[in-house]
Amino acid sequence: MLRLVSKKVLGLASQEGLVSRPVQVLPRMYHERVIDHYDKPRNVGSLDKNDPTVGTGLVGAPACGDVMKLQIKVDEVTGKIVDARFKTFGCGSAIASSSVASEWVKGKQLEEVVTIKNTEIAKYLSLPPVKLHCSMLAEDAIKAAVKDYEAKRAKSNGSATAAPAAKAAEA
Amino acid sequence: MASKLLASTLRQTLLSKFTTTHHVRPLSTAAAVAADYHEDTDGITMKGVKISGRPLYLDVQATSPVDPRVLDAMLPFYLSRYGNPHSRTHLFGWESENAVEAARSQVASLIGASPKEVIFTSGATESNNISIKGVLHFYKDKKRHVITTQTEHKCVLDSCRHLQQEGFEVTYLPVKSDGIIDLDQLRSAIRPDTGLVSVMAVNNEIGVIQPMEEIGQICKEFNVPFHTDAAQALGKIPVDVEKWNVSLMSLSGHKIYGPKGVGALYLRRRPRIRVEPQMNGGGQERGLRSGTVPTPLVVGMGAACELAKMEMQYDEKRIKSLQERLLNGVREKLDGVVVNGSEERRYAGNLNLSFAYVEGESLLMGLKEVAVSSGSACTSASLEPSYVLRALGVDEDMAHTSIRFGIGRFTTEAEIDRAVELTVHQVEKLREMSPLYEMVKEGINIKDIQWSQH
Repeated sequence: MLRLVSKKVLGLASQEGLVSRPVQVLPRMYHERVIDHYDKPRNVGSLDKNDPTVGTGLVGAPACGDVMKLQIKVDEVTGKIVDARFKTFGCGSAIASSSVASEWVKGKQLEEVVTIKNTEIAKYLSLPPVKLHCSMLAEDAIKAAVKDYEAKRAKSNGSATAAPAAKAAEA
Repeated sequence: MASKLLASTLRQTLLSKFTTTHHVRPLSTAAAVAADYHEDTDGITMKGVKISGRPLYLDVQATSPVDPRVLDAMLPFYLSRYGNPHSRTHLFGWESENAVEAARSQVASLIGASPKEVIFTSGATESNNISIKGVLHFYKDKKRHVITTQTEHKCVLDSCRHLQQEGFEVTYLPVKSDGIIDLDQLRSAIRPDTGLVSVMAVNNEIGVIQPMEEIGQICKEFNVPFHTDAAQALGKIPVDVEKWNVSLMSLSGHKIYGPKGVGALYLRRRPRIRVEPQMNGGGQERGLRSGTVPTPLVVGMGAACELAKMEMQYDEKRIKSLQERLLNGVREKLDGVVVNGSEERRYAGNLNLSFAYVEGESLLMGLKEVAVSSGSACTSASLEPSYVLRALGVDEDMAHTSIRFGIGRFTTEAEIDRAVELTVHQVEKLREMSPLYEMVKEGINIKDIQWSQH
């Protein structure tokens, strides 16, 4: 008798369990866009760092667990960024941040890209607070690349007031 | 007020009616598990990660599955023999008490102790707390100093920190680059008021085995009680309380294919070591750990110990060959793979590897189909590199790149091969993306670069 009842209940229960799955309430670790950029990173690679039209930004440190290298190729006449490449050592969010940064700078003017804020990247990727430094690093990488390009151009123009290039990028 | 009450009762009755007629709550957890398995065919999405099936499990240092033979031993004590082992007035209590005592003997037999020296706790964390705080609190008038190591488990370090706040002194012994402590340093650290030396047998993160017999000898010489956290050692390497000369030892059930939520503490009787209980209550377990002993869990732990005793040699041989298969497989395809911790003095089931120029967290993110961790489960949520690896003196950039592969009784060769394949693929992909790897290929020494610190 008891067995019969319990079997009935179990049978019902298992059917019920199949139909009404509990709604997923677990917090998401990564936003879809982070996963997407991590799985299919855009613009991975390197440009010739000795090319005068290429600016290289290298930021972060291995000891901190994040290093980003962002390179931009600039059209000298229009001042437009025609190509961008990145390489990143770091967590998934760092890779996604630099991938996004490389996409965003493409086809933009130099003055325009330095206004890209880390908060915009963080918002786009829904980065949690512990990962905000990844977006800051991406912003720094953009600025360092632009700075490097401008320093290179100043040097080739023979200007006496050449800004010192980013040390890390030169090495 | 009255209307509010009425409304709420009405709502409750309506709701309960609704639930009883339209929604039958699953009574059996077995049914819920079965439902889970039905979903496997079209993939699992959890925490934003979509995978095609359950990942293969290589994280047995975090926890191990319950051996089906253990579960078989446990089930009767849930369903029919559910008495409280402390009930003295009826058969339910008596049979439960017998089962608990049998389990106590099984645990004792695996560690070469007398059953009277084993008390059951909720796990190794509790055993460590009783050992460290309990001993020092009991002997606090004469003993004010504890010696431990920098690579201990968090619960030992945290208990020591707690003692420090109470005014005790703690020496954290450094380890050599292979993860083993220096015995001379231990010897010179012992003082007349040293109340306890606590050194873990097998490290949970890097799997190195400390020279237990030698440490025990030194403690005997100075007449200092010796405590060891043997949660990762039990059932994996031969454990003998006489050979090691330990006074206290912490054991865990769920690391040896037993149930979670149960552990044991070995307490030496001759010479007798005494502790102050951390929990007050009905005086169970000789007054050292009050609270009803959970019969099914304890029976499970006993069964797991008995199985471990029978299968230790076989498991060891198998796990060793799987470890070699994994390490050789990875090294065949990849350069810059470093084993963290001593390669000779280590438990084969724990392989902690650093992949140079690849960040550990991104590697873990890519290894969705392999359940591994970057260190201990307790700290894998933080961004800090593992404190164990830092204690070893591993470079900070290498400490960021570590992954722990845990191999256990139920790991198969096919799983190892798949793990190697996925790891190699992912590391190659990430190295392709790594500016550091590119620099090294160009012949630039990364250590020479002036990095901007963040």
